[in-house]
Amino acid sequence: MTVTDHQKSMYIAGQAADARINIELETEGMTLNIGPQHPATHGTLRIVVRLDGEQVVWADPVCGYMHRGYEKLTEVRTYPQITTLVNRIDWLSSFANEVPFILAAEQLMGIDAPPRAQWIRTILFEMARIANITLFLGEMGAQLGAITPVFYAFRDREHVLNLIESATGGRFHPNYDRIGGLKDDLPKGWVDECKDVMHRVRDFCDELETLLMGNEIFAQRMRGIGVIPAQVGLDYGLSGANIRASGVDWDIRRDEDSPLAWKHCDWKVWTHVDGDSYARYWVRLQETREASKIVDQLLDGLPAGPIMAKVPRIIKVPAGEAWVHTENPLGEMGYYVVSQGGLGPFRCKIRSASFNNVSIVPWLLQGVYVPDIITILSSLYFILGDIDR
Amino acid sequence: MHALLALNPAYWQTTTLKLVVILLTVVTGAFILVYGFLFKMMAHMQSRLGPMEAGPHGLLQLMAEFGKFLQKEDIFPSKADRRVFALAPFVVLASTFLVYVVIPAGPRLIVEDFDTGIFFALAMSSLSVLGVLMAGWASANKYSLMGALRAAGQLIAYELPLVLAIVGVVVQAQSLSLQTIVHQQADGAIFGFTGIGTPFILTQFVGFFIFLVAMQAELTQTPFDMPLAESELVAGYLTEYSGIRFLLFFIAEFATAFAFAAIAATLFLGGWYVPGVHGAMADVIGPLALGAKIIGVSFLIFWIRFTYPRFREDQLQTFAWKYLIPLSLINITATGILKVVF
Amino acid sequence: MPKLPGLIKGLGVTFKTMTQKTVTVQYPHEKEALAPRSRGVIALKEENCTVCMLCARQCPDWCIYIEGHKDKAPPRREGGKPRSVQYLDRFDIDYALCMYCGICVEVCPFDALFWSPEYEYSEPSIADLLHDKDKLGEWMATVPDKPALEVGAEAKKGAK
Repeated sequence: MTVTDHQKSMYIAGQAADARINIELETEGMTLNIGPQHPATHGTLRIVVRLDGEQVVWADPVCGYMHRGYEKLTEVRTYPQITTLVNRIDWLSSFANEVPFILAAEQLMGIDAPPRAQWIRTILFEMARIANITLFLGEMGAQLGAITPVFYAFRDREHVLNLIESATGGRFHPNYDRIGGLKDDLPKGWVDECKDVMHRVRDFCDELETLLMGNEIFAQRMRGIGVIPAQVGLDYGLSGANIRASGVDWDIRRDEDSPLAWKHCDWKVWTHVDGDSYARYWVRLQETREASKIVDQLLDGLPAGPIMAKVPRIIKVPAGEAWVHTENPLGEMGYYVVSQGGLGPFRCKIRSASFNNVSIVPWLLQGVYVPDIITILSSLYFILGDIDR
Repeated sequence: MHALLALNPAYWQTTTLKLVVILLTVVTGAFILVYGFLFKMMAHMQSRLGPMEAGPHGLLQLMAEFGKFLQKEDIFPSKADRRVFALAPFVVLASTFLVYVVIPAGPRLIVEDFDTGIFFALAMSSLSVLGVLMAGWASANKYSLMGALRAAGQLIAYELPLVLAIVGVVVQAQSLSLQTIVHQQADGAIFGFTGIGTPFILTQFVGFFIFLVAMQAELTQTPFDMPLAESELVAGYLTEYSGIRFLLFFIAEFATAFAFAAIAATLFLGGWYVPGVHGAMADVIGPLALGAKIIGVSFLIFWIRFTYPRFREDQLQTFAWKYLIPLSLINITATGILKVVF
Repeated sequence: MPKLPGLIKGLGVTFKTMTQKTVTVQYPHEKEALAPRSRGVIALKEENCTVCMLCARQCPDWCIYIEGHKDKAPPRREGGKPRSVQYLDRFDIDYALCMYCGICVEVCPFDALFWSPEYEYSEPSIADLLHDKDKLGEWMATVPDKPALEVGAEAKKGAK
């Protein structure tokens, strides 16, 4: 949706009008700035909204408040250093950011990581998904006024983070993936503990189904709000649970051939036909449960063996270009790595899920009532670090 | 009241005593609700401990908060109407204090036993709407004003179910005076069994339910707290208030919760009446019994507050006008018919 | 009219949680034990360091400051030539910049750097977050032993 010149001049005129001493109550053409600091947006996203009474006339998200220059940074860093930095793009699904980058580098080098490494990578990837989405499940309620589910989410997520910490050393930024495999093997007792935690995650999903999804008030606030038709979603480049909630059956884990271990277990892709906020919440809840089942199956069949392939000490990736994308918790994330044979890439383009997910906001917020703005924004679930990189 | 002490104090002395009692009750009631329910019960429902550092198990946390609010700067918006801005919290607080005048805590422990007791209480509690509107207007901020108008709309819309729920009790007790209502519950018999009297909740369960819901809305608690939560998006009516003025609103909110819980306990649960306790003992046991019933009702209020998400403004109004009011009218009709028949 | 059951079941969940034990760990009175691999602080074993500067070069933030000088040390055996040895003058890690990525620990060829789960070293002044050689040496006491590996893992030859 492009902003016409007429709208631009109306916006400027509106700003000028608002700048007058506004003791008189105008309800027409009110400009609302959901500013960079706001409890409802997940970070520093600014959305300028033009209201007509209670309805939104147009909305304009302004990103960039958190731009950290990732793609420029990758030009002057080596591969291990970039692995560390890249953890911080989508800081909640920590490990999932490293994986496509490392896979792209391995593709350029022509190396395959040993099976044990691929399986553990998949396990940690799915655990990152659980950690990320449980936070969403809790805070979606908080945006609507239910203050309790957030605490349940953090309480149960803590166990997942502790597991990640015991294996990798860091709760949020594991920095565990290496070209050719993983840094270390798992510590003793990790597998059994992980199975317990997955049990707990499933209990948490059940609890939230009763507490939030079964709640009629919640359903009334979410059903029919922010409907995204499938074709519009695909046009805007939505991915992940956002598009699956509109009925599009597309999941990169299943549909593309990846060296990671998803093809070795039996799992289901969840879709919903409605495309409203409730559907997005529902799909994400089912995906969390499914992720815990995937982890259980992978833990049972974990192959023994080395954790790292034979790689030289100083890694120089041969010249070439590689594009690898994966089904991250937020959507489709991909890295286009251009190498010219150096210690670091020549150029690395990062395709992040939230940037496209947030691009639908102008279209989606039109004609929406003011209290529903927050519901819709939260249900799209973007992370600012992912939008701005 | 003076017969209690077998003295004959002057009118001004009894009035002062009553004022002191109300003041202490308001503050103590607010304190119990805030500490017990807002800090500790909410914390345990969320798998955490709540304040633990200030005093044993965080009992002095409110003192710390009070001190914090006291030392804040007293801010007025530059275009605000200063007198109205300063007066608004006191209007809300005054309406709360006035409700306590008619609540009986024992057969002789009541500040003033009006014949129109419950009517007076509801009328006084409605005055808080004025305070909300004053707060929104005086903030000189169009978002605050809109928030105040929305809040006022909600409060007025839920006044009706509140009143209509009580009409059923009044019909059954044949009196508006709260003391008489308690006596009716104490002296009644359920099919000949006089053991526990007839708490009106048994026959007026629909009225109790409606009263609870309307009370939740009158207190702007979740699921009806859109006016306060709106401050996430547009400024709510309390935005420009900080420091001690904000604390006054806060105390008023919880004191009103205590008062409404007391009214609910009196109307539906039997008030200060404990089966088997009469005469002078009832003056001692009565306040404790009433306190226990208040805690029970408050538990329900806060339990609902911590569990549910909030309604949107239009859903809130629909719920009041399309569901609660017809239900309460049916309740009144049924009560009237049954009262005449039996 | 909303059906009651869903709303009531939700109330049941919060009530049940209220009756269960809370999960709060009252820091600083109680402290949770961290995993041995937790990246809390980096410790320096000075005798192993040969001032090769690999860690300082590989650090993404350039937060390691190393100064050394070459000097002659006495020969190992009688009648031999004096050896030239690198002496470490200054080894500072600036924890205000450190990303806790662990590249320095991993890349050190002489096992001079170790991870320790210690995390309570915050200071009122940022300048005090620059830990010098001696302080880094003190952290060595808190370095845990390497945890045993899971079933199915292959021990690395010459494991770090």
